[in-house]
Amino acid sequence: MAVFLALGLNLKPGDIPSPFINKPAPTFSAAKLDSPEEKLSPNDLKGKVWLFNVWASWCVSCRAEHAILNALAQQQQAAVIVGLNYKDEPSDAKNWLQNLGNPYNVSVMDREGRIGIDWGVYGVPETFVIDKKGLIRYKHTGPVSADDVQQIFLPLLSQLQAESE
Amino acid sequence: MKRLLVLFLFTLSTFCFAVDYRQLPTPEMQETYESLITELRCLVCQNQTIADSNAELADDLRRQVSEMLQQGKSKEDIVRFMTDRYGDFVLYKPPFKTKTGLLWLGPAAFLLIGLIVIFFYIRRKQSAAKTIFSAEKERKIRSLLLEKSGQNKKGDTF
Repeated sequence: MAVFLALGLNLKPGDIPSPFINKPAPTFSAAKLDSPEEKLSPNDLKGKVWLFNVWASWCVSCRAEHAILNALAQQQQAAVIVGLNYKDEPSDAKNWLQNLGNPYNVSVMDREGRIGIDWGVYGVPETFVIDKKGLIRYKHTGPVSADDVQQIFLPLLSQLQAESE
Repeated sequence: MKRLLVLFLFTLSTFCFAVDYRQLPTPEMQETYESLITELRCLVCQNQTIADSNAELADDLRRQVSEMLQQGKSKEDIVRFMTDRYGDFVLYKPPFKTKTGLLWLGPAAFLLIGLIVIFFYIRRKQSAAKTIFSAEKERKIRSLLLEKSGQNKKGDTF
């Protein structure tokens, strides 16, 4: 009984395992936030290691995460950071980036949350790491902390950079 | 007054069921839709199905279910679509797998353990009761009892 209790107390029910690990990133063709007439698809990023960060201007914990992403963007030149602006007003989203800084190489819009469903997103923020072959290698639910960057993201990114295409 | 208040409180509870309002073109689709949304979990609130939850994600997932049904997708297609994206956790009733074995067999195993414990407990008690008196003493008791029942003519009122 005590063993079950101890196990249960240490589980995090908020962390739902993603069925996408080591599977190809779901495809989409989405309008860019800065220039809606241009589209971006995961195929355009083949051969690169990239982060896919789901964010929104209405999301409170994204604010906490934002400074850390800004720092990561400065530090890690090698990884492309793509933002998925999830169920947001484009004008709010642009203001947000203007005020808080823009860590994203590019952000695409998902106003109806359809790309979110395809990626199994159930909360914002979420961050995926995609390798050069276009496979999802890691998913982080909730805001990325400075510790997560040091302990998880940086080691993983350099490992993935070293892999061949 | 008190009665009125109670009645008022009861009517409040009915609003809780008014989360969903989608109407699908055919009764069969509507039926599948309604059964599906009570089987899929809202991943934000976790302990609610997407039929019960008014979280935005639940609404998006209901939209997804209704659109897929109208595209002619079957129930199995939709369940697969959801588990491909959200994993088995999206199912309110988890499938039987090695990972969920403990969940499904746990209660039965505990019942079995309980029954075994009770079985041995009773057997020990019985054998303990049997050896309280020696064979000689038991004969004595029996003869005394017989004597007693002989006095009560009907023999059934100890």
